[in-house]
Amino acid sequence: MGDWKTIIVPELSSDSKHTSEPRMSPSSLHVRQGLHPLLSYPQNTCSLFSAFCTEENVEQCVMYLNQEMTTLGFPPLYDELKYKDGRQELNVISVMNCMNELLQLHHKNLQAREDAELQNLKQSSDMEYLQTSNSRLKDQLETSKREFAALQERDRQLQCKSKNLHQLLKNEKDEVQKLQNIIASRATQYNHDLKRKEREYNKLKERLHQLVMDKKDKRITIDILNYVGRADGKRGGWRTGKTDAKNEEEMYKALLGDYEQRQKELILENAELKKVLQQMKKEMMSILTPQKCNQKGKDGSGTVNGETAANLVNQVILSDNEEDAGDFSRESISELSCATAREQLTNSIRQQWRMLKNHVEKLDSQVSLVQVGALKHKDMVSREDHEQEMEELKEEIDQCKEMIKTQQQLLQQQLMIPCDDDTAMLLRDCYLLEDKERLQDEWKLFSEQRKNFEKERKSFTEAAIRLGHERKAFEEDRAAWLKQQFLNMTVLYDHRASEYGKLQTAFSGSPDQDNQKLHPRQPQKKPHCGCEAGVSRCASKYLPDTLAELCRSMSLIPDDSPSGSMPKRRSTPDSKAWSGSEFMSFK
Amino acid sequence: MNFSEVFKLSSQLCRFSPDGRYLASCVQYRLVVRDVSTLQILQLYTCLDQIQHVEWSADSLFILCAMYKRGLIQVWSLEQPDWHCKIDEGSAGLVASFWSPDGRHILNTTEFHLRITVWSLCTKSVSYIKYPKACQQAGVAFTKDGRHMALAERRDCQDYISIFVCSNWQLLRHFGTETQDLAGIDWSPNGCVLAVWDTPLQFKVLLYSLDGRLLSTYSAYEWSLGIKSVAWSPSGQFLAIGSYDEKVRILNHVTWKPITELEHSATINDPKIVVYKEMETCRAFRDEDASPPTVPNATSSLFSTHSKYEISPSPFSLRIVKPDPDRANPKIGVGALAFSPDNRYLATKNDNMPHTIWIWDVQKMKLFVVLEQVMDVRFFHWDPCQSRLAICTGNSKVYLWSPTGCVSVQVPTQDSFHVLSLCWHSSGNSLLLMSKDHFCLCYLEIEENEK
Repeated sequence: MGDWKTIIVPELSSDSKHTSEPRMSPSSLHVRQGLHPLLSYPQNTCSLFSAFCTEENVEQCVMYLNQEMTTLGFPPLYDELKYKDGRQELNVISVMNCMNELLQLHHKNLQAREDAELQNLKQSSDMEYLQTSNSRLKDQLETSKREFAALQERDRQLQCKSKNLHQLLKNEKDEVQKLQNIIASRATQYNHDLKRKEREYNKLKERLHQLVMDKKDKRITIDILNYVGRADGKRGGWRTGKTDAKNEEEMYKALLGDYEQRQKELILENAELKKVLQQMKKEMMSILTPQKCNQKGKDGSGTVNGETAANLVNQVILSDNEEDAGDFSRESISELSCATAREQLTNSIRQQWRMLKNHVEKLDSQVSLVQVGALKHKDMVSREDHEQEMEELKEEIDQCKEMIKTQQQLLQQQLMIPCDDDTAMLLRDCYLLEDKERLQDEWKLFSEQRKNFEKERKSFTEAAIRLGHERKAFEEDRAAWLKQQFLNMTVLYDHRASEYGKLQTAFSGSPDQDNQKLHPRQPQKKPHCGCEAGVSRCASKYLPDTLAELCRSMSLIPDDSPSGSMPKRRSTPDSKAWSGSEFMSFK
Repeated sequence: MNFSEVFKLSSQLCRFSPDGRYLASCVQYRLVVRDVSTLQILQLYTCLDQIQHVEWSADSLFILCAMYKRGLIQVWSLEQPDWHCKIDEGSAGLVASFWSPDGRHILNTTEFHLRITVWSLCTKSVSYIKYPKACQQAGVAFTKDGRHMALAERRDCQDYISIFVCSNWQLLRHFGTETQDLAGIDWSPNGCVLAVWDTPLQFKVLLYSLDGRLLSTYSAYEWSLGIKSVAWSPSGQFLAIGSYDEKVRILNHVTWKPITELEHSATINDPKIVVYKEMETCRAFRDEDASPPTVPNATSSLFSTHSKYEISPSPFSLRIVKPDPDRANPKIGVGALAFSPDNRYLATKNDNMPHTIWIWDVQKMKLFVVLEQVMDVRFFHWDPCQSRLAICTGNSKVYLWSPTGCVSVQVPTQDSFHVLSLCWHSSGNSLLLMSKDHFCLCYLEIEENEK
């Protein structure tokens, strides 16, 4: 509630000024009169009010008030033009206006204070929130810093590792290179040794051969009963050039036979392939021709695409026909010389195939167009659209997943910030409880306020009614008073004045009694704020009373401030704990 | 399916004659020739020592028995039981012996591959071929028509191919090959193209025409172990190359470019591929009967485990045997491949999945069927007449696959008969099953007739 205090301080100071000055002047008056020596330290409000304005110092009070008001920029309380006996006449209207203005000002101030309080509350809660968030963020920052440090450490370690691995790899590579070199050298060595050994071996073999064979080994014999005839029944011929030639011839014959057989196979295969080719061609033609008719039939009502396709088909057919004319004449030739026919055949087939492909592609595009059209009309989902949609949905799902993940992460982070989960829960709970309690308090306060307001409203309406009565009474009184004045016109001013003073003292001496006597409903109203339009309309007769009330209502504000130099109604030590809520409830 | 009774045999030396009428089997130093249909002994020859190799001549008239330890060869005639022929290689020694396609010449490779001696049964003439290369089949390959012979040679650290005319052993062509260390040669079925492949250290296939022209060279990759096996398709259209990278590459015969790569992956994902998995049952039964059974017939049935094939669901992972990388000739890669005689299927075996036989559809060039056996596959052989594959895994069962299905057949013998090798009769009606020292015949045609 510090804010509230700071806001109030200037008002308070001004109030203190207000009060100090009147205290000066009336107190001097009092001192002179010696009626209330303890006025500067009033014990209660009643004494203050009674002290401020008595029957004796009404004039001074009025003057003082006038002075104060003028200094504060209010219109003077005295009628400037009307002078009576060197004295200014008290302008009731201006007094009323002033009072009204003061009251309004008071209201405004109250409003402002309320707003300020609210704002203060809001700000304090904001502050609190900000503080908590700040602390949270600090924690987050710290944790992230820690994580960052950890990651850095890990990164460093990994880099170290990778460096080591690089080194190892390099070493390994070197090793591999070395081993390869060793293998290569070994291989050459091995080959060399092998060759040497083989040469030695050959030499040995040669030697052995000589030794074994040249001995004319008697044991190397064939012991046979009688020679048998050859399997083919022929006699073995002499080895001559003729037999060589014959062998060669036979070999070539065999080879030739093989090649001939292979050629036959190839020819057969070729023929088969040719047949297939021809058949394919025929089928292609048969496929293309009816389409031409169809397309032509369509042309009447056909689209632009259809027309172009038909044109294309026409071209195809035309070229086909040309080709055919050539082919049929050529077919006999192709049987004779494959080489000449082959190129043309393959070319024509290729051409036809290209055309067919184009046509099929066109048809495909047409079909897709038709599909698109159908899609537009029938709301049918084409595969592409479907797939696109699917992809989009998948993406969305991915995004959602990511979002969920991040949320989870955040939640976890929030959970992870306090080191202990249980304590965190406890703290959270207590925070919540505190909040709740505060809210409940506020709610209670609010309801109380509302009740008070209702009461006030009621009292105000009552006051209005009562004021109506009072006014009537006042009018009557005035009439009576005027009559009396008129009657006493001739009587001395002093006497009258003293009488007036007496009247005043009688009023102030037992205001409660008087009030009770005069206005039986007044005490009920008293504890409440007297700031109502009805009050401003109070007759001058009850001015001190209303003034006192006003003062009291004014003093309510400085009262709760400990630094207030106002006559302390409650200079109790608990004045510091005087809270806004109390104030409000009092109000 | 019927089985013959079991006969004695030594070192799996049992051969059908090329004409399919006789069956020659060796027991120690005796050669027994039986009639295939009756299995009655037609002839019995006694050799000088334990026979190590036996081979029929192409016309089924002569049988060659080689005794490598003694450097001896004995040839017997079916028509004239009295006729005899003995070839002694003397101190030169003997490591390989085989008939020439005409059945009148015998080619002997001496020790250390010093030379190949060509002995004739018709004349006294003896030919020598020097510098033969020590590689598979003694570096010799005959064309199917028997007209030409290709021989791999090594001279001055360089590989050469010599092409001989078999009728008079005249050198027809002699050319060097661009190989580091030639590993094998094989003629195409029509005898016009010779496939030459390099050592496993280098993936290289060279294709030579009969007249010595280089037709094409193919290399799939470098720096890694290369070719492990090569097979021509019966039509000569394809050349299948199995390599250490567990793939089979198939070259075509027109451009000699690869058509496709057949990968032997460890998991079968394609539901179109049928996976036959052999399941064994009744193992517990075997454990129960620990006491020695009295009836021998009962024993065999008790000791035997029944197995059947089950079709496995599509995501199927095959058993893999991890090869030892530090040993030479690692057990990885396609080590065996064979086209079916009708050219429709290709059977392969990947050596690091020894339980598995892969059967590929050649027309679609896709994997067709996978057979996973309980035990390691020892040998597989296509029926020469139809798409039927016989498989043995060293247990007492023989497995047959055909496009219609897959069966496992228990060999009903008294003692355990572990089938180590098998051979189809040329008619495709019967199957010769060989264990370590026994053989029996399995007849298939009869059962089909019964059906």
